[in-house]
Amino acid sequence: MGLNIEDNQKMLEEILEVYPEKARKDRQKHFEINNEELINCGKCAIKSNMKSRPGVMTQRGCAYAGSKGVVWGPIKDMVHISHGPVGCGQYSWGTRRNYANGTLGIDNFTAMQVTSDFQETDIVFGGDKKLEVICREIKEMFPLAKGISIQSECPVGLIGDDIEAVSKKMSIELGLPIIPVRCEGFRGVSQSLGHHIANDAIRDFLMGKKELAECGPYDINIIGDYNIGGDAWASRILLEEMGLRVIAQWSGDGTINELAIAHKAKLNLIHCHRSMNYMVTTMEKAYGIPWLEYNFFGPTKTAESLRAIAARFDEYIQENCEKVIAKYTPQMEAIISKFKPRLEGKKVMLLVGGLRARHTLGAYEDLGMEVVGTGYEFAHKDDYEKTFPELPEGTIIYDDPTAYELEELAQRLDIDLMGSGVKEKYVYHKMGIPFRQMHSWDYSGPYHGYDGFKIFAKDMDMTINSPVWSLINSGKTGSLPKKEAGV
Amino acid sequence: MKDKLEIPDYNTLFQTEPYVKQREGKKAFEAPCSEQETAEALAYSKSSEYKDKNFARTSLVVNPHKACQPLGALMAALGFEKTLPFIHGSQGCTAYFRSHLSRHFKEPTPAVSSSMTEDGAVFGGMNNLIDGLENSVALYKPEMIAVSTTCMAEVIGDDLQAFISNARQKGAISNEIPVPYANTPSFSGSHITGYDSMLKSILSTLFIRSGIEATPGSGEGTGEKLNVIIGFEPYTGNFAEIRKILAAFDTGYTFLGDHSGNFDSPATGEYSYYYGGTKLADVPKAANALGTLSLQKYSVKKTLEYISGTWKQQTVAMSTPLGIHATDRLIESISELTGLPIPPELVEERGRVVDALLDSHPYLHGKRVALVGDPDLLIGLIEFCLEVGIEPIHIVCSNGENGFKEEAKALLAASPYGAETTVHIGNDLWHMRSLLIDDPVDLAIGSSHLKFAAKDADVPLIRVGFPVFDRHHLHRYPIIGYQGALNLLTTIVNTILQGLDEDSSGFNHDLVR
Repeated sequence: MGLNIEDNQKMLEEILEVYPEKARKDRQKHFEINNEELINCGKCAIKSNMKSRPGVMTQRGCAYAGSKGVVWGPIKDMVHISHGPVGCGQYSWGTRRNYANGTLGIDNFTAMQVTSDFQETDIVFGGDKKLEVICREIKEMFPLAKGISIQSECPVGLIGDDIEAVSKKMSIELGLPIIPVRCEGFRGVSQSLGHHIANDAIRDFLMGKKELAECGPYDINIIGDYNIGGDAWASRILLEEMGLRVIAQWSGDGTINELAIAHKAKLNLIHCHRSMNYMVTTMEKAYGIPWLEYNFFGPTKTAESLRAIAARFDEYIQENCEKVIAKYTPQMEAIISKFKPRLEGKKVMLLVGGLRARHTLGAYEDLGMEVVGTGYEFAHKDDYEKTFPELPEGTIIYDDPTAYELEELAQRLDIDLMGSGVKEKYVYHKMGIPFRQMHSWDYSGPYHGYDGFKIFAKDMDMTINSPVWSLINSGKTGSLPKKEAGV
Repeated sequence: MKDKLEIPDYNTLFQTEPYVKQREGKKAFEAPCSEQETAEALAYSKSSEYKDKNFARTSLVVNPHKACQPLGALMAALGFEKTLPFIHGSQGCTAYFRSHLSRHFKEPTPAVSSSMTEDGAVFGGMNNLIDGLENSVALYKPEMIAVSTTCMAEVIGDDLQAFISNARQKGAISNEIPVPYANTPSFSGSHITGYDSMLKSILSTLFIRSGIEATPGSGEGTGEKLNVIIGFEPYTGNFAEIRKILAAFDTGYTFLGDHSGNFDSPATGEYSYYYGGTKLADVPKAANALGTLSLQKYSVKKTLEYISGTWKQQTVAMSTPLGIHATDRLIESISELTGLPIPPELVEERGRVVDALLDSHPYLHGKRVALVGDPDLLIGLIEFCLEVGIEPIHIVCSNGENGFKEEAKALLAASPYGAETTVHIGNDLWHMRSLLIDDPVDLAIGSSHLKFAAKDADVPLIRVGFPVFDRHHLHRYPIIGYQGALNLLTTIVNTILQGLDEDSSGFNHDLVR
C-alpha cells in the first residue's frame, strides 16, 4: 500500500470496522488522507484536542506530564515538587533525558524525584501543612536551589488544597520564588493542557522579573527546546556561530534567571510550537517581541530556518548565516551520500507528541525516505494545518490514534520504519518492523542541528538496515526461517 | 584506508571545544552560583551535619524507592491468560505504568485506561468505565479484564462493583468475561500492595464464578497438587528457574500469576496482545490443591490470607529465595508440600554452586555493601550476603513495614557479618546517599535508581531488583535457586575483580585471580 487516496480511504474504513458504533464515529473524525485541497488551503476537518475514547490504549499522558515532565522539570536550578502520591514523580524521574550541566542535588535538580508522597491522612486532612514543611526542608537540604515549583497531582485538586496560599506564604518566609502549578492529571484531554498551565505559571510568576545587565541587538531566546540528549546545545551552537546571542533557553538546561530575563530579547525562536506557543504570543503582546517558528531537523530545514532567522537581522548576521551553512554543507553532503543510498525509498510512519510528527519530515526526506503516515498524540488544529502542506497527496494523517489503529496501519502500509514512543517500541520489535523511539531519541541524540543530523542519519540506517531484523521467525511453528539471499 | 566518517555521539560531542565554550558562555545568563558556593554546598552535603538534618526531615521525600499500587495491579493482571489490565481513572497514569514496565522488561505492556477528565471528577467515572469496557472488548478481545483504580477514582469514591454490574446490565460486557477489580490508591502502600490486591481479587473472582467449594487435596490432576505464587517479580528468569526446580521434582503445579510470558515474548513477526499466563480455568482447580508455596510474603500478604482462609490451604511463604540456605528451604518446602523426595540433580547442582562460592570467597569476605529494594528481595539479599561473608552495612527499604524490619534485624543479629548493619524503613535514596558518604562501603546493590547515590559516593552499583532501566537483559537471568545464587555470585565477584583491575597500577595488574 502507498499513497493512493482511494485505497487508503478504504483501508481506513476496514480498520475502523472493529469499533463499537459510538467509538467508530468518533475515531473516523480523527483521520484525514492528504489531498490537493488540504495541501493548498491548509484547512482541515481533522478533529484534534478532544477526549480520548475510554478503553482504547491511547498513547497520551496527562497535564502533569505536560507541566512537570516537559516544561518545568528541565529547569535545573529549581526543585520541582511532585505534589501528591508517589507514582507520578517516580515514573517521570529522569526518563526524558533533559540534559543539564551542573551537579545533581547541589545546583542541578533535574534528574531527581522530589515528592510529598501523599498518604491517606494527607487525603483526609489535606496536604497544605505538609507542603509548608516540605518547602522549609527543601531550603535546608538544597540551599542553592533558586526556586521551587509545586506540580500538583490529581488528588491535590480533588481535595481542594490551597497550594497558591502555601506558595505565597512560603515564598515570603523562605525568600524564594515558589510557584504553584495546577497541572492535575485529570485536567484537559492530554499533556497539552499541562503545557498551557505551565506556561501560564511562568507568565504569572517569573516573566519579566529580572533585568539583563547589558542588552544587545542580537539577543534572542530559544523557546520550546527541552535539550533531549543535548538538542538545545546542538541548536544554540549554530545561532551563536551566526553571531546571535542566546540569552535564555526554555527550558532544557534552563535556569530561573533565564525565564526571568527573556523579555529582553529582540526575537523569540520557537522550536516546539505546541508546548510553548502561549509564551511567544504572550511576550509579543506584553513586550512586543516578535517570534519565529524554526525547525532544526535535517540540513534542508535547518538551512531554511537559519536563513529565515537571519532575515530578521542585518547583513552582518545574514553573511554569517551563509558562512555557517557553507561550513556545514560539505559535512552534510558526506552524511547524505553515505546514508541516502541505504535509506532511499524507505517508508516511514510517525506518531510523536505535538511537534516532531511534522518537524522531522524534512530530515527523513533529506535521506530519501518517504513519510506515508504521520500524526500527533496531543496536537491542536494549527499543528495539523501546518502538517498537510508538508506532505504529498495520499499521506494518512491521524490524531490520537489507538495502539490498534497504528499497528493495523503499519502492517497494511508495509512500512520500513516506525517512529513513536517506548510504549510502542517493543510491539514493533515483535512485528519485525524497525522502530525508533522518537521521544528521547532512543537513548541517542542530539538530533537537532547539523551535529544532530549526523547522529539521526546514522541511527536511522542502523535501525532499518540492521541484519538482526532478518533473523525473525516467519511465525510458522516447527520450522526455522530461511536465510534470504543477499542478507 | 577508507575515509572514516566521524559522527561524534552525545558523550563525545559535548566535550569538544566549541561546546565547552558554549557551556561557559551560557553561564552569563544563568545567574549561577559561584564555583566556591557550589564547592561549599557539595562539601556540606557530604558532612555529618547534613546527614543528621537529612535524617531529621519529616515530610520531604527525595528519590524514594517505590512505585505506586496500580502499577503492581497491572503486573498481577498480566499474570493471567488473555487478561487486559484496565486502569480506571485519569489516563496519564496508565501511560506511566506502561512506560515504566516497558523500560524495565524491554517488552510491550498492554493496558487501557478509562481516560477520566474534569467531568469525570464532577460526575464520577461510570460512563467512562462502561464505554471503556465495551471498547476494550471490541479492540483487544480479552478473556478477562482486571480493573484497578488510580488516585483520582479513589478520591472521588467511584464504586467499581456497582459500575461493573451496571456495565453488564447495559450489555457493554458479556457475563462470560470475568471482571475482577481492586482498589489501588497510590496514596497508600506501594506497587507490591497493588500487586497483592489485584492477585487476590483475580483468584477470588474466578473462584466464586466457578461455584465450586474448596476441598484442599481433592484435586485429581497433577496440576492440582501444588500452587506456586511468585509475586511482584521483576525477573522473568526466576519463573524459568522455579519451573526447572519443579520439573526436577516431576510434580504438577499451577502458577498463580505468571507474567513471564507477557514480559518475555518471542519476536516472530507478529504481535499478539497476550502471551502465556495462568489459565483462567486453572484458578478454581487450584483451590483444590494440597497447598500453596509463595516465593514472596510481604508482597502477597492478603492473597496468602485468602488462600489459607477461604481455600483452607496450607501455605508456605518465604521471601525471594536467594542463596544456598534459602534455596535449601525452598527445595525442602516443595518436598514437604508434595510428599516427593528431593531430586538428586538439585543436590548435585547445589554442590557445584557451593564449589563456585568456595572459589570466590576470598574476594567476597568482609566486603561491605549497601542494599536497596523491596522487602522480600532485601530479606533474600541479606541472607545471601551473610552466608558468603559479605557484610551488609546500610539497608534502605522505602516500602518496608515494621514486620520486615524486625525480620531483617533478627536475621542480621544471628550472624557476625550482620553486626554493623542498620535497617531503615520508610527512608529514601537521598538518605542512602548520606549513609554511603558518611560510612563508605565497597559495593551498592539495588535498582537503577540507586545509581545517582552510588555515583556521588563513588561506589560500584550492582543492579538487582526493580526497576533496572540502564542495563539490558538482567531480568532474563534468574537470581533465585542455586543457579540464581551462581548468577549473583558471578556478578558480584566480577564487579570486585573489575575494580581491582581498575585500581591496579602496573605491577599488580594480575593475570590470575
